[in-house]
Amino acid sequence: MNVLLDNADVYWRAILGTVGLFVVSAIGSLILGTLIAGLRVSPVPVLRTFGSLYVTLLRNTPLTLVLFFFAFAYPRLELVEFSFFTLACIGLTLYTAAFVCEIVRSGINTVPVGQAEAARALGFTFTQTLGQIVLPQAVRAVVPPMTNIQIALLKNTTIASGFAVFQLGSVYSVLSERGYNVMIGLLWIAAIFVVLVVPLTLLQRRLDAKWGVAR
Amino acid sequence: MKRTRILVAAALAATLALAGCGQEGAPGAEGSGYEPTVAQNVEVAGSPTFAAMKQRGRVIVGVKDDQPGLGFRDATTGQFTGFDIDIARMVAGGLGFSPDQIDYKVVPSAAREDVIERGEVDYYVGTYTINDKRKQRVGFAGPYYTAGQGLLVRADDNAITGPQTLQGKKVCSVTGSTPIQRVRDQNLTEAANIVEFQTYTQCVDQLINNQVDAVTTDDAILLGYASQNPEQLKVVGEKFSSEPYGIGLPKNDTALRTKVNDLLQAAIDDGTWKTIYDGTLGKSGTQAEPPTIDRY
Repeated sequence: MNVLLDNADVYWRAILGTVGLFVVSAIGSLILGTLIAGLRVSPVPVLRTFGSLYVTLLRNTPLTLVLFFFAFAYPRLELVEFSFFTLACIGLTLYTAAFVCEIVRSGINTVPVGQAEAARALGFTFTQTLGQIVLPQAVRAVVPPMTNIQIALLKNTTIASGFAVFQLGSVYSVLSERGYNVMIGLLWIAAIFVVLVVPLTLLQRRLDAKWGVAR
Repeated sequence: MKRTRILVAAALAATLALAGCGQEGAPGAEGSGYEPTVAQNVEVAGSPTFAAMKQRGRVIVGVKDDQPGLGFRDATTGQFTGFDIDIARMVAGGLGFSPDQIDYKVVPSAAREDVIERGEVDYYVGTYTINDKRKQRVGFAGPYYTAGQGLLVRADDNAITGPQTLQGKKVCSVTGSTPIQRVRDQNLTEAANIVEFQTYTQCVDQLINNQVDAVTTDDAILLGYASQNPEQLKVVGEKFSSEPYGIGLPKNDTALRTKVNDLLQAAIDDGTWKTIYDGTLGKSGTQAEPPTIDRY
């Protein structure tokens, strides 16, 4: 308990960092992932190819490398200057979006083709069909895997500790410098993560109950 | 099928091109040329650590491998070089072990106390600042060097001259380290300008690429980087803290601690210390006085 109380300032700063990274990247990846899923099911071949390439590239790259790229390689390109926090958010968003895209796409595949055909027969455009008919039904089917990915994202934020963003993954180095027992410090971090994941789990339950489809 | 092959080839080419723009081989620190004298028939009565070394016939030393001039492993040859390494060799020699009977074990800062407590290393030499909190868990022989917090900047930067000139400048150091805590606590720069990476090498990389304006930590570590790359980097200002480096030993092994202190004292008295310093950190053109051994 001492380890936690004596270093409450560090833990608090770390929790804010982790939650900040998570919230920004979660929202970003949900939006971007859905857009790319839209590309992958669109009638335009170029867009479909782009979507597949994006998913293949990002899913096959370790997250550490993605973040490494944004922390060390991107600044050398001297394009737009971002803070390291922003760069970490961009990295996490791009990486997670690839997984979100595949989940949304599998949700789209659960919607019978007849639905889309009927929409088209009624004169809906592709965007309208996707946005008003298909996606609302698709999203219901993928709440559990989507929550999974977001929980994974929450824990993936710790990888940013190597890249100048202070969050729960960086706490141990401060503790060791201050001479506290790192082992106990890490146990507290694990406990904090459990607490952080609980709301996501509860959210999943609520949504499941609310949107449950009678089959 | 053909298309996939072209794609794969293109991807490979891109990867290779990316890999190619890494740094050219940084100049590694050459050996200092210091050869320790190996004592014969050493006995350290009442030291369990020494008894274990004797039985093993080898000594296990905890070191750092990413600090040029102090504790550095050459990536190509696997050779360890630096001031800390030579001090470790000197101590091993005094205990009756030749350099080829030393096993180096690279231990990250965060694990130092644990590794010494568990007896995974016989002693630890690697920019290990002596402080009271750590004395509760490990024993310290020394100090064998007194470092102090300094600033490393780009060679063409004349705006930063010391800790009072850091306002509005981006300052980098290793995550959670004492020097960066000091910068934060004394408000030497704005909180938003504090950048923390996992290794000094990453900080130095960001410094050279203009992403940060200064790297701060113990001057000994900074001098190592400056002597590696004098065209681009320089150390500025006076030391603004005192960091006595000690040799970490098991806490209750007083007999060994006394022995190591004797060896350090002898090295300071007979000029060996100066030889070691001049062959390693001294290459950056700085002078240093040996510290006073603190026997507690």
